[in-house]
Amino acid sequence: MKETIGKPESSIEVIMLCQICNKKTATIHLTEITDGLRNEMHLCERCAVEQGIAAQGQVSINELLSSLLAVQPSDEELFEPSEGEMSCPQCGFTLDKFRREAVLGCPNDYEYFEKALLPLIERAHNGGTSHCGKIPSKTPQQTKKQMKLVNLRQQLDAAVRKEDYESAARLRDEIKQLES
Amino acid sequence: MKLTDISSDINEWLSGTGPLSDIVVSSRIRLARNLAGHKFLSRCSAAEKAEILAKLKDVLMSLDFGDEVFYISVDKTSDLNRDFLVERHLISRHHAAGRGPRGVVIARREFFTAMINEEDHLRMQVLKAGCQLSKCYEQINHIDDMIEQKIDFAYSPRFGYLTACPTNLGTAIRCSVMLHLPALKMTGQIEKFFNAAKDMSLAVRGLFGEGTEAASDLYQLSNQVTLGVSEEAIVSEFEGNIIPEIVEYENAARKELLSKKVDTLDDKISRAMALLQHAHLISSQEALFLLSHLRLGINMYEHMGATTPALKRLRDLAGQHRDKSNHVTDKDKGLSIATINRLFMLTLPAHLQLNYGKPLDTTHRDALRAKIIRSALNQET
Repeated sequence: MKETIGKPESSIEVIMLCQICNKKTATIHLTEITDGLRNEMHLCERCAVEQGIAAQGQVSINELLSSLLAVQPSDEELFEPSEGEMSCPQCGFTLDKFRREAVLGCPNDYEYFEKALLPLIERAHNGGTSHCGKIPSKTPQQTKKQMKLVNLRQQLDAAVRKEDYESAARLRDEIKQLES
Repeated sequence: MKLTDISSDINEWLSGTGPLSDIVVSSRIRLARNLAGHKFLSRCSAAEKAEILAKLKDVLMSLDFGDEVFYISVDKTSDLNRDFLVERHLISRHHAAGRGPRGVVIARREFFTAMINEEDHLRMQVLKAGCQLSKCYEQINHIDDMIEQKIDFAYSPRFGYLTACPTNLGTAIRCSVMLHLPALKMTGQIEKFFNAAKDMSLAVRGLFGEGTEAASDLYQLSNQVTLGVSEEAIVSEFEGNIIPEIVEYENAARKELLSKKVDTLDDKISRAMALLQHAHLISSQEALFLLSHLRLGINMYEHMGATTPALKRLRDLAGQHRDKSNHVTDKDKGLSIATINRLFMLTLPAHLQLNYGKPLDTTHRDALRAKIIRSALNQET
């Protein structure tokens, strides 16, 4: 049984340095009880954020989300252990990256990581999980075609990186054709 | 079109007009969109970002906005210009501090701006003075329709408009109103506002958006929920429930100041007048703080007919201006809310420096700021 109790304190009587960077004042004090053993941690805000323990003082929604995801103790219950490393075939994005950056890699991620994202989406939108607003006046292009384009662009990037200009030219033509 | 063409005056949405303008300074609606067939920006190479930028720029520049539009390459312009665009609410801090190819399309009268390659490929906003969210939505929806005729956005029937961050998913709309709430602060009731916002799942930010503190008693209030509720429902919730409730709180606090705390009110207004009329060095923070009190004073006698001793003096000051300036244009007329807003914006650091023509250190900025304010309040030349 692992339990984490963390709370940022605004008035600290004794100034304590962060035990990770040893430079800044520790403002986050964390008591962790694992199997009955008590362990205390004292961190500055920045290191706490880096450790995924706390959100910054003035948090943007993104940062808050990312920290929410990072502290979720039930990661392993939520997805299979390897799911954090599963990568989207369209853009190569992983859930681990999402936890760090709080933004997704491509539109297809919503479908590919749906199971993992849904609880988060629900929480962020007061229980809302499906769209009931504007519908584009022009029917959107087939999702499959959109996915293919993302995929081709991914291959194009790789070809350019490898200086394989022959493949790059072919991929560029293919993208152009699909778009027109 | 140069930035100095717009930097010496305020934009329309700061004109101090519009419904409920004594409390609701301005309304803004932002939509986030991403191009179909492209990755989100975090996974894009510089080349793909440049491609997205070129596509969106071409589409936007080809539309009829009923106004001249111009484009600024945010990655290539100077730091000072970027700061200016942020002060002016034409781009976000995030956009200014970003990396890679990015830009902004701006309508000359500044009611519309579109950031390209911010967090999403496209983030566009319409701004208006006072409480005018429905009109903002009508206009931005029309612009969105025009863009969709020319380009496909990433959209799924289930999740709506797909955004880089799941918090914006669905309508991808953000409705914000900028509220001036000095009386709630003076009467120690600003918590009431924060609690109401929290109860209604709304976000409160300072004057310059996410991560900025509330300077000058100006707060931006905006929706957080974007999925499972329509754009119209969000807008009408703001106009029908949220805004009236907050406006009522602030009005009650203003009345309380007049009935029970006249000395507090008069002290704040007299001090603000004295300092602004006589100081020779004023920091940006101090100017925002003091101008906020003058804004409250003017609104109290213009909208509530209040006549405390300090308000009378403030009114006399405004009256003198009107007498002397019969022949000048509206914007120079007396000590109106527009004048206060003008001082407020034109004395921000990047505005000062852009209008002065070269960079200035803090002390020189504080001196120039004080001089501009003194001359506006004392009609010096």
